[in-house]
Amino acid sequence: MTKKTIHIGCGAGFSGDRVDAAIAVVADLKNRTGPCYLIFETLAERTLAAAQRQRQSDPDAGHAPNLLKFLRPVLADCKAAGIRIISNFGATNPRGAAEKIARLAHQEGLTDLRIAIVEGDDLIGVMSEEELRRLPALEGLTAAAGAMLAANVYLGGAPIAQALAAGADVVVTGRCADPALVVGPAMYEFNLAADDLTALATATCAGHLVECGSQVTGGYFADPGLKDVAGLDQVGFPIAELSSDNSLVITKAAGTGGVVDRRTVKEQLLYEIHDPAAYLTPDVTLDLMQVSVSDAGADRVQVLGARGHPAPATLKATLSYDGGFLAEGELSYVGPNARARAELAITILRDRLAASGVSQPARFDLIGTISMFDGNAGDLQASGNWPVDGEYRIRGAFRTMDRAQADAFSDEITALYCCGPAGGGGLRTQVSPQIQTSSALVPRAKVAVNVSFLDA
Amino acid sequence: MSLTRTPAKRLYDIAHARAGDKGNRLNIAVIPYDDEDYPLLCTQLTEARVLACFVHRGATKVTRYELANLPALNFVIDDVLEGGVNGSLGLDGHGKSLSFLLLSLSVMETL
Repeated sequence: MTKKTIHIGCGAGFSGDRVDAAIAVVADLKNRTGPCYLIFETLAERTLAAAQRQRQSDPDAGHAPNLLKFLRPVLADCKAAGIRIISNFGATNPRGAAEKIARLAHQEGLTDLRIAIVEGDDLIGVMSEEELRRLPALEGLTAAAGAMLAANVYLGGAPIAQALAAGADVVVTGRCADPALVVGPAMYEFNLAADDLTALATATCAGHLVECGSQVTGGYFADPGLKDVAGLDQVGFPIAELSSDNSLVITKAAGTGGVVDRRTVKEQLLYEIHDPAAYLTPDVTLDLMQVSVSDAGADRVQVLGARGHPAPATLKATLSYDGGFLAEGELSYVGPNARARAELAITILRDRLAASGVSQPARFDLIGTISMFDGNAGDLQASGNWPVDGEYRIRGAFRTMDRAQADAFSDEITALYCCGPAGGGGLRTQVSPQIQTSSALVPRAKVAVNVSFLDA
Repeated sequence: MSLTRTPAKRLYDIAHARAGDKGNRLNIAVIPYDDEDYPLLCTQLTEARVLACFVHRGATKVTRYELANLPALNFVIDDVLEGGVNGSLGLDGHGKSLSFLLLSLSVMETL
């Protein structure tokens, strides 16, 4: 059998990613021979519940907010070059996203863009809330008390492959496993069966490596002096070259900044991985224990040795709940004896909170010292030997289900302007609605996937 | 093996790391710059030592996975995120910065 290679570029690794990153990826893919794909991964765990909230106030919303910003620069080029686009930017409203893309296509003069919609991840209405709350929990998270906002199961690559086989130019999904954006085209192009475990594992590994965008090409990596990365202002996004003989090369868009080397690939290979012998996905259990990485030219790394075991019997779902409110406020103290004034401000806040009779814990940080490494109890802050002079920014944080209580907390920080220590400045406060999530296992039989087309 | 020791240096000087979160659990991959330092990392970075590094944040358990082919170590640290993005009151609910807390550890080279 002749070796076949497919080329899969990533244009976004999260919903807030650079909207111009895909342009260089598409320019590179256009010069390649063989099937080419462009994926956008824009759906983090809580993004879905946030999208659900938006949809409640606007029925047309609920998909990735930057959808059109991501697509407008590349849609016409992709269609002309036969580069097919796959993304989970449908979030909680894949059909609404598809309709927006259809309007964009019309504006761009594309009359024959075939847009596929993958649905079935949304479990609300499929299972009762009571049934959902009773599902076996994963990862030790306990179900929350707040109202359930969303319940979505992670779909695999099969419906994406089905959409591609039916001629989709663009495939819009809601919740799916991030690597499925790559497993889908691999299933379709290589005609994979459920027991082609090595091929599914290799595709899953490829998907895992590129789905966070620049995190494998020098983003989230630079450390001046030790890990220098040139051109992060124009960091190139990744392209996976995935072959039918289970070879895999990770590279990046030509003419861009950033770097792909063994170090960047190793860091991303283990990103968010727990047991490297058993990374569970809907399509395969990925085993990374025998993976090796080697240089294969400038900004090219070969990844070999991904192994597959049968997929788990159940699917993972994320359940999202109303998490109440997080109140936060910050204020800075600078110059002589700034530390003591900042600590006095925190003491005042603690005393006010205690007197108000509120029982929820609050946290107080001294930003610029050890705020990031410390725990809620502030052990490091208490033990620290920090200079007395300098620049100290206090931060208070407090969670509650009660909006009025949240407002009262942030008002206490505001009141430090007049009632607190000398010289405090730079006040910022905010109260933000929160979402809590838990993970649960869903029987596959409960999940009905539907692939349909919206024709522009 | 002799017991001659050189002065301590930081893990940061011989390895790089990346953290990722899932719920209230964090993983930190630790990767030596030089493959030859991998055995030293295996000797020095015990589960107990890594747990001690995070216990002030409520960490209850550390599991270490050895990937000798890469080579790299993957540490999975339970209950270290004060509830994670779900519940943390801290600035960094994801614990993204905590890779650099682990890299602050000193490592003693045994020659």
